Amino acid sequence: MAREEGTYKAQSAAAGGGSPRKKPQAEQKGSKLVPLPTDSLIPERDAGQTILECRHLGIDFGGLHAVEDFNFMVGKTEIAGLIGPNGAGKTTVFNLLTKVYQPTRGAIILDGIDTANMTTPQVCQAGIARTFQNIRLFDSLTVEDNVKIGLHNQVECGMWSGIFRMPKYWLAEKEFHDRALELLDVFNMADQAGAIAGSLPYGAQRRLEIVRALATSPKLLLLDEPAAGMNPSETAELMENIRKIRDEFQIAIMLIEHDMDLVMGICEGIAVLNFGKIIAKGTPSDIQSNPQVIEAYLGTQDEEAK
Amino acid sequence: MGFLTNLINGISLGSVYAIIALGYTMVYGIAKMLNFAHGDVIMVGGYICFCCMQYLGLPPVLGVLLAVVGCTCLGVVIERLAYKPLREAPSLAVLITAIGMSYFLQNSALLIWKSDPKVFPSVISLPNISLFNGQLVISPISIITVLACVVVMVCLTLFTQRTKMGKAMRACSEDKAAAQLMGIDVNATISMVFAIGSGLAAIAGVLLCSAYPVLMPTTGSMPGIKAFTAAVFGGIGSIPGAALGGILLGVIEIFARAYIGTQLADAIVFAVLIVVLLVRPAGLLGKEMHEKV
Amino acid sequence: MKLFKNMDKTTRSNLITYTMVIVAFLVMQGLGAIGGLSSSMKGQLVPITTYICLAISLNLVVGISGELSLGHAGFMSVGAFTSVVAVSMLQGMVGSPLVRFFLGCAIAGLAAACAGVLIGIPVMRLQGDYLAIVTLAFGEIIKNLLNNLWLGLDSNGLHVSMSNAAALGLEQGGKILINGPQGASGIERISNFTLGFVLVLFTLFVVFNLVNSRSGRAIMAVRDNRIAAESVGISTTKYRLMAFVVSAGLAGMAGALYAMNFNSIVPSKFDFNNSINILVFVVLGGMGNIRGGIISATLLTVLPEKLRFLGNFRMLIYAVVLILVMLVSNNRQLNNAFDMLKEKILRRRGDDDDDETPAQTAEGGAA
Repeated sequence: MAREEGTYKAQSAAAGGGSPRKKPQAEQKGSKLVPLPTDSLIPERDAGQTILECRHLGIDFGGLHAVEDFNFMVGKTEIAGLIGPNGAGKTTVFNLLTKVYQPTRGAIILDGIDTANMTTPQVCQAGIARTFQNIRLFDSLTVEDNVKIGLHNQVECGMWSGIFRMPKYWLAEKEFHDRALELLDVFNMADQAGAIAGSLPYGAQRRLEIVRALATSPKLLLLDEPAAGMNPSETAELMENIRKIRDEFQIAIMLIEHDMDLVMGICEGIAVLNFGKIIAKGTPSDIQSNPQVIEAYLGTQDEEAK
Repeated sequence: MGFLTNLINGISLGSVYAIIALGYTMVYGIAKMLNFAHGDVIMVGGYICFCCMQYLGLPPVLGVLLAVVGCTCLGVVIERLAYKPLREAPSLAVLITAIGMSYFLQNSALLIWKSDPKVFPSVISLPNISLFNGQLVISPISIITVLACVVVMVCLTLFTQRTKMGKAMRACSEDKAAAQLMGIDVNATISMVFAIGSGLAAIAGVLLCSAYPVLMPTTGSMPGIKAFTAAVFGGIGSIPGAALGGILLGVIEIFARAYIGTQLADAIVFAVLIVVLLVRPAGLLGKEMHEKV
Repeated sequence: MKLFKNMDKTTRSNLITYTMVIVAFLVMQGLGAIGGLSSSMKGQLVPITTYICLAISLNLVVGISGELSLGHAGFMSVGAFTSVVAVSMLQGMVGSPLVRFFLGCAIAGLAAACAGVLIGIPVMRLQGDYLAIVTLAFGEIIKNLLNNLWLGLDSNGLHVSMSNAAALGLEQGGKILINGPQGASGIERISNFTLGFVLVLFTLFVVFNLVNSRSGRAIMAVRDNRIAAESVGISTTKYRLMAFVVSAGLAGMAGALYAMNFNSIVPSKFDFNNSINILVFVVLGGMGNIRGGIISATLLTVLPEKLRFLGNFRMLIYAVVLILVMLVSNNRQLNNAFDMLKEKILRRRGDDDDDETPAQTAEGGAA
């Protein structure tokens, strides 16, 4: 607790401010971060409007503290980054947030609601959607069906209406179809709606996973290494898309990524994880110059990171 | 005394199940397949021993030995011909192939030995042991069955823990690709497991037929399913689990027969399996595996 | 023709299946009318429709939901015996045998679905091979319980016993409906081929419509990737259970159809081997491929009868064929060669299509 992030002062206040419901300006790089009691930071425009709060979150695997005392907050429209060396516990944090693992300690508060005792599907309905590091699509189904499955809880139609083709079924199917195509349009994938998901190229599969997650109408979108395996131009496009999603859907995005250009380029607040513990929090420039972070990535020798 | 008699019978029957279940569990551990033909290998073992003793007039020891040799070869041949080409195939295809193999063995036996039940000659010519003024009678075959089970268990444990081949077996069941990279011949190891499992099935076949001396082409199927249940009960893939599951199952079955009814005994055995799996989804001694996210 | 071409793939494929079933029915009816069917074939018609229904319903679990069930015959037997009891009780109340048949079917389906729920709720905690062994165990338990069930009907209503027929304490004129291991006898034979055909259509209707709905997509999502399905808010237990219970209910109705085609049925008929047979229909027809399942169920029900002259060799040949089909269909080299061939043919046909579109439209107009 002896760290200094709490006293951090934002350097530039070029674009912050304004009502939180208002669309954030395109230029987000210099968004102002404001400190919170838990020594977390959120963008100033989200002041008092956190979507996610983790309090002393932790999990043990056997004797190993895979994640320990994880305190973190995400603002309502923030793009937050979670970085750290391999095996630091980043994906485990996502698995805790989505209740793939039940936390051993601590609390996760989503939009004011404690998610203790919720299951993965319940957390999704409460508003957390995610993508996976190793892509997990419904491989044998079409692109459109993948998105329709993402819309599962957005459109009601029971088993009996489905079997006996009640009027409700036709209405629901129309809504499924229209909304699926609308969402696919965000990533310009509408023309691939009929393709089998498993046969798509790698980059398209990653995009489809994001669309599917968006279909669940999340308040917080978790992206696990969205740029893995992408070339620089694809990564640049992805960065644009991530911003576009936040602006259009007005949601918070939290991402794990090893591509530092992407992380430093779009994230407003960043947390660095090492051996399951947060070793630094702050803005991109803050993290870049943090000696502890440099040590975690490059070893003990004091060398310039960049 | 009735209780004690039942207990002894139960442990004896359970020991047979345990020996069969060991074959099931080892094959599952390494090939990740439900080998439904295993039960019919038992039947083949029984018939080989029967033929040696009845038609060739060989001594029982030689009959048992030939049965073991015959079944070991049969197991290896089945694996090579039917299962090896399907190593990459979906598990359902392998399951259906195993069922096909089971039908094949049963119907071959039906053609060779006909459907009429054969009375299995006694392998052991020792008198029954009578205790407490004849209130408790133990047949020598019960004792031999239990002893055989213990010996098999000890040998298998030593084999898997101490020998190079045993370690290779365990490595293959953990991760075949990694084992191959370490220079282990995966195909040879799998063949070895089928050989051991089928050899054990032959022993189980002789013991089963000695205790319940009726031999038919379908003799192996019900004990096969029960032993499979025992393997799952104890935690499939685990050797001590198979032994524990087998013996428990045998005891439960005999007690259910004695105190509840012959007809319902099987239902109770299966009901116990379900209850155990609900409490411990991976069986009594099984390890629960989680998919990595 | 144009309408047909514009339809999406699944609708078109489903229509082909419906058409196939209807044409097959009409052909068989036609053959029956002109006396082209042997009496053994006539006796096979209802069992064939029964096994088609069973193959379709098991496909819902094995192919669509991706779970291995080895106890499908258990649900069939629940349906069969329930329908026998239900129809006997309805005999005095409902005059028309047709209505009795449908009521019997519905009650049988309901009973089997209830059995499905009872079994499914605990079982759905398990996965993969563990689920398979538990369904096997349940199939055996159902068979065992029915072997020990005595049920009689007299003017006082139903009498149940788990020990023997005498314990029922029926009054004079009472009728034993289920007689332990001897099963049910004196069943009113009200099934026929047409009713079997109607049930096949109904089963197809339910399965196709379920698959192409919100619930069906959720079922397939769980099959394709359980963790991803949960992450988008789908309760895996609910949808696995849904597939299992609907399948059980349909199997129960098929069981009712089967039972009411015979004078008597015994519980041991619905054993593990029967469950395996149904599974073989599904696997040989192609997992999740309903049409394939219908064809293989038909062939594998008809062929054994036709091959009776082979005697004991019949089952041996069946076993060898089963193994060979599995080996060949899963041989990678053969599959690759087959795929290449298929692609070639498709490409050629595609070219033809472009050339002959006007001709085809003309043809469609004429037809």
